[in-house]
Amino acid sequence: MSELAVTVLQFGLLLLLWILILSIIGAQGRDMTISKRSRARAAASGPSAAPGPRNGPPAPAAASHSGPTPRPRPRRLLVSEGPLAGTELPLGSASIMMGRAQECTLVLDDDYASGKHARLFPQGSRWFLEDLGSTNGTWLGDEQLTRASTVEPGDRIRIGKTVLELRT
Amino acid sequence: MSTQTHQVYKPRRNLELVLLLMALTVAIGAQMLVAFALDEPITTDYFIEGSVYAGLVLAFHVVLRLRAKYADPFILPIVVTLNGLGIAMIHRLDFTASYSGVADRQLLWTGVSIVAAIVLLWLLKDHRRLRQLTYISLAVSVLLLFMPILPGLGSEENGARIWVDLGFASFQPSEIAKITLAVFFAGFLANNRDLILLAGRKVGPVTFPRLRDLAPMFIAWIVAIGVLVVQNDLGNALMFFGLFVAVIYVATSRFSWIAIGAVFMLFGAALAYQFVGHFRDRVEIWLNAFDPEVYNRAFGGSHQVVQGLFGLAHGGLAGTGLGSGNPNMVSLANSDMIITAFGEELGFIGLSAMLLLYLLLFSRYMRAGLGTRDTFGKLLAVGLAVVLVLQVFVVVGGITRVIPLTGLATPFLAAGGSALLANWLIVALVLLISHAARQPVIVGPMVNATGEASSGTESRLQSDGPGARETAVRRHSAPPAPSTADEEHTRLDHAPRGGTQ
Repeated sequence: MSELAVTVLQFGLLLLLWILILSIIGAQGRDMTISKRSRARAAASGPSAAPGPRNGPPAPAAASHSGPTPRPRPRRLLVSEGPLAGTELPLGSASIMMGRAQECTLVLDDDYASGKHARLFPQGSRWFLEDLGSTNGTWLGDEQLTRASTVEPGDRIRIGKTVLELRT
Repeated sequence: MSTQTHQVYKPRRNLELVLLLMALTVAIGAQMLVAFALDEPITTDYFIEGSVYAGLVLAFHVVLRLRAKYADPFILPIVVTLNGLGIAMIHRLDFTASYSGVADRQLLWTGVSIVAAIVLLWLLKDHRRLRQLTYISLAVSVLLLFMPILPGLGSEENGARIWVDLGFASFQPSEIAKITLAVFFAGFLANNRDLILLAGRKVGPVTFPRLRDLAPMFIAWIVAIGVLVVQNDLGNALMFFGLFVAVIYVATSRFSWIAIGAVFMLFGAALAYQFVGHFRDRVEIWLNAFDPEVYNRAFGGSHQVVQGLFGLAHGGLAGTGLGSGNPNMVSLANSDMIITAFGEELGFIGLSAMLLLYLLLFSRYMRAGLGTRDTFGKLLAVGLAVVLVLQVFVVVGGITRVIPLTGLATPFLAAGGSALLANWLIVALVLLISHAARQPVIVGPMVNATGEASSGTESRLQSDGPGARETAVRRHSAPPAPSTADEEHTRLDHAPRGGTQ
């Protein structure tokens, strides 16, 4: 085969190798930036939750569950404080177990949480929170849970050092 | 390892297929190009070998579609490209006087490795089952590392006693020990992470863990390092130690571990320099490579390193082209020094592309670790990623005289069956971890709000086969059943909620 053809093919191989690399990088899209984005989201949600931790949920959430207007259905569970801050979990129609045990839906990386600490489950259009006999207790707003209670979007659920919120 | 987002991923298997076809084009094209450049006839062997490789790779792809649909779509194409380029270069070196028939053996081992990876993927199903093997894998690691020392079983090649003679083939058990040690470190730290983090004595800014928490860990480390110093295999010693430090750093997120590790490594290097003649030679070659006296030494001189550097320089920007250089002037050009062969024939453009492929592969391994929710999976993926990146660093750093040259197999490229097998098994494990990381959260059906069945735990281990998974996913992603506001009063009375109204 002529030298020119071989040279052209050699460069073709290098070109193809780089096309492969660029298409891998292109197809990854923003896959690698996820952690950055969720960190930004956690930082944005942190200050908004901070001003009124003792005065109940922020105003929009309080306004939304008065009156006959249909209540917005919570779609996400967001960890706003603690070691896992920024973590998000989509809410489906099944309950969510929280705790340190590896089989939990949300594995809390929190030294003050119990193995199976608490359970969040849907009933009708609302979500209920139930403590599962944890050592350090589960707190909803200012009160320690004694039985299953409804959780509205914006309520602060505290487990150990972790604070969770429902978001619409 | 604290931030993670549970978003819904697509399987993206079709993307993988497209990238795989490109990867196979590169791999088989490179093989053909060697024949064109050397004016060798294209025999039917080329087509048979090419189709065998393509068939195996596509079989792996089909298994992923059936068994791990959500596995990372980029890992397999990257690995196929590297492995194929390795076979092509080994094939090219078979045309020189120094080697013959190595490419066929490499292809055979590639086949064995891919089949082994498929079997592992098929049988294991979930990487979390490996956690039960934490201490068994420690025992297996020790066994594997001691095997070459045993008389009658081990054999010595090129001054390193790391081979086991199986009769029909020789095998390097330390390659497999990489995986079992990574499993042990990950399992041990996943179980004892909290203890190591919380208990301990604070001295100045550094918190030291209690000795008994770390005892098994240090025994493992001392055994690995000790055995490898006895075997004269310093590349692997460096890699095991790097794995140990990286995994413990990721598990505890304390920078002090890196500092302690660096001190230990300097101490170990000083000891090795004092007592291991092999290592002292390597350091001398590294520092005085261009000294004529060192260069012309009959055995253990710097000839290999210097010729490798000349080879890289000869390649220049675009390389001499496959088949047109003289990569066989470097000894061990198809195994330890294969990077110089690529540098010479594909040039800076080609070699940097390959290093970038390694970087991408490392980032995919790490991404699998970041995405998965169990601590064991995270640590295992990180450990395996570190194994990959340290191998590349030790090899490329040694060839470019950044660190003393030590013999380690370049992952997927170098001729050598054991390394290939180990690296493909790692690929299978990471694919399983990434499948666990990317697949939708599967939760059981809600039978009763307070009943046993609705415990909210995942039933991934119980769901068998793709069919069961399919229904579970659909159930999960289906919109919640429509309900009126009255329904919620039927079962549970409202507990007073503090501070909400």
